Amino acid sequence: MDLTYTEEEEAFRAGLRHWLKAALPALPPRPPPGDWPARRAHDSAWQRALYDAGYADVHWDASPTRRLIFLEETERAGAPYVGANFVGLLHAGPTIAAEGTPGQRARWLPPILRGDEIWCQGFSEPDAGSDLASLRTRAVRDGDCYVVTGAKVWTSHAEIADWCELLVRTDPQAPRHRGITWLAMPMDAPGVTVRPLRTLAGSAEFAEVFLDEVRVPVANRVGEENDGWRVTMVTLSFERGTAFAGEVVACRRTLAELARTARENGRWDDTALRRRLGRLNAEFGALWRLTQWNVAEAEATGGVPGTGGSVFKLRYSEARQELYDTAAAVLGPDALDLSRAWTRDRLSSLSYTIAAGTSQIQRNIVAERILGLPKER
Amino acid sequence: MRFQPTEDQRALRRGVRELLEARCGRDVLRARGARIDRALWRELGRAGFFSLRLPEAEGGAGLGLPEAALVFEEAGRVLLPGPLVATHLAAGAVPGAADGTAVVTRADGGLVPWLEEADVVLGDASGAVPVTSVDPLTPLHRVPSGPPGEPEPAAVLLTAAEQLGSAGRTLATAVRYAKEREQFGRPIGAFQAVKHLCAGMLVRTELARAAVYAAAVTADPVEIAGAKLLADEAAVQGARDCLQVHGGMGFTWEAEVHLHLKRAWVRAELGLPAARAEEALAAAL
Ligand SMILES: Cc1cc2nc3c(=O)[nH]c(=O)nc-3n(C[C@H](O)[C@H](O)[C@H](O)COP(=O)(O)OP(=O)(O)OC[C@H]3O[C@@H](n4cnc5c(N)ncnc54)[C@H](O)[C@@H]3O)c2cc1C
Repeated sequence: MDLTYTEEEEAFRAGLRHWLKAALPALPPRPPPGDWPARRAHDSAWQRALYDAGYADVHWDASPTRRLIFLEETERAGAPYVGANFVGLLHAGPTIAAEGTPGQRARWLPPILRGDEIWCQGFSEPDAGSDLASLRTRAVRDGDCYVVTGAKVWTSHAEIADWCELLVRTDPQAPRHRGITWLAMPMDAPGVTVRPLRTLAGSAEFAEVFLDEVRVPVANRVGEENDGWRVTMVTLSFERGTAFAGEVVACRRTLAELARTARENGRWDDTALRRRLGRLNAEFGALWRLTQWNVAEAEATGGVPGTGGSVFKLRYSEARQELYDTAAAVLGPDALDLSRAWTRDRLSSLSYTIAAGTSQIQRNIVAERILGLPKER
Repeated sequence: MRFQPTEDQRALRRGVRELLEARCGRDVLRARGARIDRALWRELGRAGFFSLRLPEAEGGAGLGLPEAALVFEEAGRVLLPGPLVATHLAAGAVPGAADGTAVVTRADGGLVPWLEEADVVLGDASGAVPVTSVDPLTPLHRVPSGPPGEPEPAAVLLTAAEQLGSAGRTLATAVRYAKEREQFGRPIGAFQAVKHLCAGMLVRTELARAAVYAAAVTADPVEIAGAKLLADEAAVQGARDCLQVHGGMGFTWEAEVHLHLKRAWVRAELGLPAARAEEALAAAL
């Protein structure tokens, strides 16, 4: 067991650190959540800078360890997170790279890497969240197009996206998991209506998407017709892989700020609060080590993100909520002031046990796929 | 970065597991009660259990804390009784500790395990009074003198490694039982309430594993405090959940679950108890 990085990995880190030092001061602050077009422009400019410096594809091609170092260094330097590029870089891109034709890869991957095109994820539906395989959005073949009708919901960044990785039902007669197909749908196609939803944090970062006889070329299908569930599982394994690694670094920084604030405002004298902060220090330290463990394991077994991601996600999502609840205890009555960053973060942390698979669903996955317990049905 | 056991480390773990499983099955443990099996203790000595970290020139294996952590994890898995950590730490300093001919315990205020069985007691055990120990396999004394001293980080880490082994064992036991035991015409492991208990046990165990192994590599006192905190939680809560999965069977003396819970409680008090670990971790922020 070894926690040191190889010379090559350290060289990568040093180069990145050097580049970040020069690149970050040139970047203006990220616009506020309400202004999505401005946010998109900001996130794209950052992605373009990464592209020009040769770091754009770190999430796909590089070794998991390099990805880890990238997330660690960008977070440490206070660089922006993938932001609006989240779905393109972490879902759609890797899926197209793994399952797409050469033509599809040539068409869609470079604009994702350059930050030119933004993707969103149209999986969930009003009646198909956790039970994703029950989705009902229909696609009927008509010549060289699929005609798509239905509704998606909770679609993050739908307002500003150019493309949607869309799951549709192409064979209603087949067993649930068998009749699904993965399509790349242009968001400006006639028949697509986006209605923003307000989150409990007050911002509009996801939306309902209504699809009324939208024509999507058959050429936009990734994988075979009715084989979309398997393609989706490829997508989801990327979603859970190391997606949260950078956030752990950020949480550790926040924790240190909490301790500093508590020492300044007198709350540090509260033994129970102090011990809570100490316990969080152990939690986030261990979550970081668990990330390294999972990455080293993935590296040893061929680079595929494993089910270890579910173990991590379960604990991380709860620890993050506990972190911001503790921030509220440090702030006292100021925690009710919505202009406080920690208060907004506390609100958004509530989504972590829901989005990307609820904690209950993750526990099912852990119990059935890792521990081998019998299926419920 | 190779944060995974090396081939040698895996082989060491396998060897220790085979030795311990052959020599301390549950019937053996029960038959001994709170007595040290001197023959086993010497066998452990011959196998290098205590001398593992001594330099080769002094008759040890010249290995480090990560290897010791893997070995103590195995000891925790089978509930191997005795003052293992104190004897291991005394190797090289107390004659007979390294080869398992002496049993060494340590008194640093608070609770002292195995006081009467030990050949050598380090620290001040004056005025020690016996406690009716909750763990039938760990006799305890209480020392009235002063506050407990600063525990050695290696001792805290190896205690945490034992907790990790115990957590791994209760998880495996719970999962096995959940696959076998049928109610309502199905294995109870098909029911989500049971599944989720088991998933929670795995999450705590894996987090503790990452913490304990990393702390063994860095030997950083703050990281060790965190490892102890998380391993205590994994062992104590894991044993409770395992007991719950076993239902009425779990409440019997027959099932080994209670022995894990009781030992986990004892270990949680030894070394660095939660309150002190949390204070140390807070102070480092
Ligand atoms: C901030 C945010 C962003 C999101 N972004 C996207 C996006 O971009 N694209 C997209 O497609 N989706 C997105 N989602 C949707 C997300 O994937 C779903 O919300 C999630 O999968 C849960 O589905 P649901 O909301 O329908 O809840 P439900 O499935 O209705 O679940 C409700 C409750 O029942 C529980 N439950 C359901 N089934 C079971 C079961 N079998 N066993 C035990 N408990 C169960 C759940 O755990 C939950 O507590 C986003 C969600 C959030 C919160």
